[in-house]
Parts: sequence; structure tokens; C-alpha cells
Amino acid sequence: MKKVLLSGNEAIARGVYEAGVRFAAAYPGTPSTEIMEQFAKYDGIYAEWAPNEKVAVEVAIGAALGGARALAVMKHVGVNVAADPIFTVSYTGIEGALVIISADDPSMHSSQNEQDNRNYAKFAKIPMLEPADPQEAKEFIKLAFQISEQFDTPVFLRTTTRVSHSKSVVALEDSHLPENKTKLAHHAAKYVMVPINARMRRVEVEKRERALRRFVETFAENKMEINDPEVGIITAGMPYNYAKDVFPDYSYLKLGMVYPLPVKMIKQFAGKVKKIYVIEELDPYLEEQIRAMGIEVTGKEIFPYTNEFDPGIIKHAILGDLRGSVSPYKETLALRPPNLCPGCPHRGLFYALKKSKAYVHGDIGCYTLSYLKPLEGLHSCICMGASIGMAHGMSKALKEKGKGKVVGVIGDSTFLHSGITGLLNMAYNNSDALIIILDNSTTAMTGMQEHPGTGFTLMGKEAKKVNLPVLVSSLGIENIRVIDPNNLKETQIAIKDELASSGPSVIIAQRPCALFKRANMKPVPPLKIDPDKCEGCKACLGLNCPPIAWKEGVTREGSKRKGLAVIDETICNGCGLCAQVCKFNAIA
Amino acid sequence: MKDNKVKSILFAGVGGQGILRASDIMCQTMMEAGFDVKKSEVHGMAQRGGCVTSHVRYGARVYSPLAASGTIDILISFEKMEALRYLKFLSHDASIILNTEEINPPAVNMGELPYPADIINFLKNHYAKVIAFNAAEIAQQAGSIKAANVVLLGALSNLTGIDRAIWENVIKKSFPQKLIKLNLEAFQKGIAA
Ligand SMILES: Cc1ncc(C[n+]2csc(CCOP(=O)(O)OP(=O)(O)O)c2C)c(N)n1
Repeated sequence: MKKVLLSGNEAIARGVYEAGVRFAAAYPGTPSTEIMEQFAKYDGIYAEWAPNEKVAVEVAIGAALGGARALAVMKHVGVNVAADPIFTVSYTGIEGALVIISADDPSMHSSQNEQDNRNYAKFAKIPMLEPADPQEAKEFIKLAFQISEQFDTPVFLRTTTRVSHSKSVVALEDSHLPENKTKLAHHAAKYVMVPINARMRRVEVEKRERALRRFVETFAENKMEINDPEVGIITAGMPYNYAKDVFPDYSYLKLGMVYPLPVKMIKQFAGKVKKIYVIEELDPYLEEQIRAMGIEVTGKEIFPYTNEFDPGIIKHAILGDLRGSVSPYKETLALRPPNLCPGCPHRGLFYALKKSKAYVHGDIGCYTLSYLKPLEGLHSCICMGASIGMAHGMSKALKEKGKGKVVGVIGDSTFLHSGITGLLNMAYNNSDALIIILDNSTTAMTGMQEHPGTGFTLMGKEAKKVNLPVLVSSLGIENIRVIDPNNLKETQIAIKDELASSGPSVIIAQRPCALFKRANMKPVPPLKIDPDKCEGCKACLGLNCPPIAWKEGVTREGSKRKGLAVIDETICNGCGLCAQVCKFNAIA
Repeated sequence: MKDNKVKSILFAGVGGQGILRASDIMCQTMMEAGFDVKKSEVHGMAQRGGCVTSHVRYGARVYSPLAASGTIDILISFEKMEALRYLKFLSHDASIILNTEEINPPAVNMGELPYPADIINFLKNHYAKVIAFNAAEIAQQAGSIKAANVVLLGALSNLTGIDRAIWENVIKKSFPQKLIKLNLEAFQKGIAA
């Protein structure tokens, strides 16, 4: 058996392949993205990026109703987008198999919230598995498909950032293609969820729940380790590893399946140990259910509700031990906030937009980084697609007070994900806000995924490419302009004019992401700052472009400057934005 | 495998310095040397020019890919001031490998905060073993500034007691043919640094 180092996400992709699953749909989102990117590399599979998570789940449901074993993958907040079909496919069940991966992000390393998606399992009555490391991730995804087939149910697999993005040793196995069971089978009463049928299926769901509750009592991945009988720990997923790291000798009940819970097994464990700790990140999800079984446990009284854990947090909570965890260095260290890349087309747009002094409703993508100093380009950001509805709502509520002052900005991938309906609403309800679509020809934030506006599919095939101006126009928007955000003057004029115009307007700022290889942009030589011309005004530094740095104290005779701006040629890509903001023609 | 204790290495630096590649090479080396190994890393938002860290842990059996704070055995810092950011994670007898290269954070560029002075002496006053050198300059001598991460791995290999041949073998597998010679040389120069 070959052993390799794999991340949790690579291991999941491998597990899907080994299980003989050949169909998957997803929308990218950290920390889930690499699952699909890796899966798409295997032979003989079909994998697609859908425009959003709801569509991805619906695509997977369709495949599963046709008898296929299908996978849908998303980050935790993607499950919110897809919740509507998920709650009802729980009633219908499927013909083939359906697994939905939710990649949660405790600590919000790359997310806008840290919702605990174990709650969805209980809420939607869908069984959920939770692996603790890459090896388990590979095994559990296979089990998830088996359970889906055995119980005619969708199954959740939950990972967290630490499982998805940690690497460890994984044993590879061959891929076993099961018999192909795809076919057109009509079972309308099972799949047409009109009330009369839904009521019947509702009863079936409870039958399935009872069957699953019996099943979990003997499920091999719910594991009891009886060591020290004084202390027992009930946990699941990555926190198991954190706890084992610092308390190897305690007794453990490690749950591989977090919905439904094995009530008998938990009671049995409680009978074998004196004191029980429930160790789980985020919500007291296990704790509340275990308490409801009449078992006394210690949980969120001592463990945090917020952020991911690590071994030190667990040790500290249980023993109050803080040894070694204070830094001898006491001064404030300058932070390194994430920044837009050198040559990023978003930079020019936000530089120009700031001059308009408008209220800017932001959205989710690389451009969200413009919120930080010195660009300070956004004044709100809630979730994907929200910028458009929010700009419209604010503009309507403020009437004259908001006239010419309310903007929504949204990336191309985000617009296609969930911005189209919002814009349709703006046309329909005659909005006065301005929407700017930042079309950089890719899904940059999550690592350059294709989408319906890029002209390519996940599997690298050429595809229909949506024509944004035509799409926007067809929604009923009449004021549409296409501009190059690297041309500051043109951008400023377009923003000014469209803020002044009445009715809804859309500016499409088009320029490929600076990291986008396929755009075939001709390499431009890096720029230099002429030390004989720089007056030290720091206007270029206001762009916060990574190559531009300040050298304090480099003065010049005949100039009042206190220092000199310099460009690091190794990372400058010559976009020329700084040359446009330099009043002294010092940059070329 | 002599002692049972899990060893914890913290890689730290700034996005774009090849930290994840370096920690991958280390993991592969430890796996090929017969250890269990786990590592954690940051993706996504945190990679856009921000701080990057990776924990690597190896031993007979490793559970957690993250080390408890106060237990890191070796800090390998790819940028000078970044070392200061993670001292609370170090054990009292930790060793530090320090690239003395400086990359200004935006607040330093804007003149809002100073770049910390006298970092090396501060570290030497608090930790028994501090190995400091400019890995970028050494990498340049080997042929490319981009090999600074492998120079640092050379210095790290002095502290891990793993057969050099295993490191070199993994380095050979980690780069395209035309970059192998350069990186092996960078590794040697790191050992001598
Ligand atoms: C519902 C949901 N799905 C996925 C994500 C992850 N995500 C954050 S931004 C983004 C897309 C960004 O692409 P785009 O709008 O084109 O902006 P860019 O990053 O290219 O500037 C994605 C997929 C999310 N935050 N929410």
C-alpha cells in the first residue's frame, strides 16, 4: 500500500475517486476549493463548477435521481445558499447516492462568519460524518456514500479548515468502480413534493431517523478508548487530535458521526468514567444533546465558544496551565494585513471610487481587501451578492439624501453567483444606485477558478462565455458603461457621470486579474521612481501597492522632501497606476 | 526513532517567500526518514501578502498538526521581524533560525510604526541558540534569490539529525530538472551558514 502526504482536501478527492464516484458539482470557497480541483484531475470523472452552491446541489440531486452517486462540495456559508434544496431532498431521498461536503472555517481564516454547520445536520435530519485528519477524511467520504445508498438519504461530510488544510500520511488504495446503476426511473410520488406527497415522505424521514439511530450504535467510526477512568473526553473531528496531543492517557469517546448521536454508547461511556469533558469548537452542539440524555458534563463553561482550538487551549481550559505561552517581546509589532497584489485591477477602481465620497456596499472577493487603509474602499460587506440589494435598499430608503451617493461593487464571479437577481430587482423597481461589476475574468480570491464568464470549464474545456453587457442590458438596465479600471481618468469620469444619472446604472470595469495567465498580457517592464524628481509627497504610497516602499531620510537639495519613495522591481508588474497619481512625473 | 517525543517546528514569514514549499519538503523528508508527520498551513485570504505560518510536527505518532503554544522546538523565520510575532509559541529552550532579510509591513512604510531594532540581540538574550544569516544573499550566490527557502532548510537540517541524503533526495524530487542543481547548492550553503 502506497503512503503519501496529502492534505485533507486532497485525501477527500482521492477517497471520492477510490469509492468509484464519478460525478461532482461545486462552487469554490475556502477551505473547500481544492477538493474539486483535485478530483477534476482524475480520469473518467465528470466535475463542474456551478455558478453557485444551490445550483451545485441541484445538479448533484439530478444526477442522484438518475441513479448516479453524486457529490456536491461547498464552504460552510455555501450551505446557506443551497439550504432550500437540501432541506427537501432530505424528504425525497435519492435513487443513487448523494453526499454534500460542508467545509467549515472556525476562526474565520477566510470567511465572513464561523457558523457551525453541524446544526444543519440536525435541522435537516441528514446524517453527518466528521473526520479528524486526512486519512479519516479519505475513509469517511467512502462511508458517506455507503450510508447514503443504504438509507436512501443525502449525507453530509463536515470538515474544518484544519482538517482540509493540514497534511499527513495517507495510505492509498485502488479505485473500485461499482456497477453503473444510472437509469431513468419514474417515482413521482417520491419526488414530487406537493403537500400530499411531502406528508408521506415526512413520515419516511422519521423512519429513516430511527433506523440511523440504531445504526450509529454499532458504527465502527464511533470509537471508545478506555484508559484513565477518572477523566473521559467526548469529542469529534480535529479537536480529538488536539486533546490526544496533551492528554494521551484520558479515556475517549471519539464520534465519527456527529448526527445522529449514539445515545446508548454515550451512556455506556458515561458509566465507565468519572468526570466527562465535551470538547468541541464553536457551538455546544454535542454538549446540549448529551446533557439532554441526562448526563452531567463539563463543556462551554471552560472551553471557548469562538475560534478554532489548539492543544494549548484545551490544556489551559482543563488544567489552567499557561506555561511558556507568554512572549518576552512586549512592543507593538506592525501587522501585515493581506493586500491586493501588485498590478491588481481592483486598486485603480477603488482609488477612483474613493474620490466620489459615495457609500460603497461591498461584496465578497479580492476587492473586499480594499476595505483596509489606505484605500478604505468599502462601507459594508455581508455575503455574496448582497451588495446589489443593499445598495438598492439604501438608495430607496434615503431618497434625495442618498441621490448620487450609493454604490454597490461586486466581482464577476460573485455577480454570476447571486448578483443577477438583485440587479433584475433594481431595474424592475427603478433603483437610483450605481453598481460596479469588477470583471477580472476569474474567481481570484479562491485561487483562479473558472466561472460562466471565463469561457472555460473546470475540466479545461472551452465553454460558452456570458456577455456581461448584454446580460445586464437584458435585465432592463439602460445606463451601462464598460471601462478599464487602470485608466484612472476614464474611471473617475464614468463614476461621476453614472452617479449623477437617474435610474439604475452599471459600470463594468474590465481588466484581467494580474495573476491570470491565460489573459496573455504582454509583460510590461517594472517602473522606477526617479530620485531626482520625487518630492516625497507619498501620493503613490496611497495606492498601497506592495512594491512601493518609503525610505525615510533620503532628502535632496532644493526639495523639502523628508524621504524618497522606491519601487521594488522584483515584484512590480508595470501596471502604471502609480505613474498616473504622481504629480511630479517622477515615475516611469 | 530514538526518543518518543514529538518535535515541533514553526515556519513563519511573509506570503510569497516559499514557506509552504519548504515545509512540504521537510514533511516529505521526515516521512521518508520513517516518522509519522503532520503539518498545518494557511490558505486563501491569509496568503495575499500577509503573514504565513506552517507548523510541522514529527515523531513516532503525531496527533495534532498544531503545536500547543510554549512547545515549539525550532522556529525558522523567513523574515527578521516575523520571528518576534511568534515567540509565545516557543518552548524556553527553543532554537531559532533567522533570515535577516527585512520586508517592511505597510505601517512601517507609511511611517506609523518603526521596524523593530536590534532583533538579533533581543533573541540571543532570550534563547540559547539563534542562527542568523541573510538567506536571500546566500541564495543569490547559489544562483537565485528564490532558493532562500532551501538555504534555510540547509540550516534546519543541522538541527534535526536526519540523514542528509534523505533531504537531498526529497529536494531532487521537489523541483523541475533545471532547478535541482541550484537548490542542492542552496541547501549545502545553508548547512554551512
Ligand atoms: C456563499 C459563498 N460561497 C463561496 C464563498 C467563497 N468566496 C469568497 S469570494 C469568492 C469569489 C470571488 O470572485 P469574484 O467575485 O470574481 O472576485 P475576485 O476575487 O476575482 O476579485 C468566493 C467564491 C463565499 N464567501 N460565500
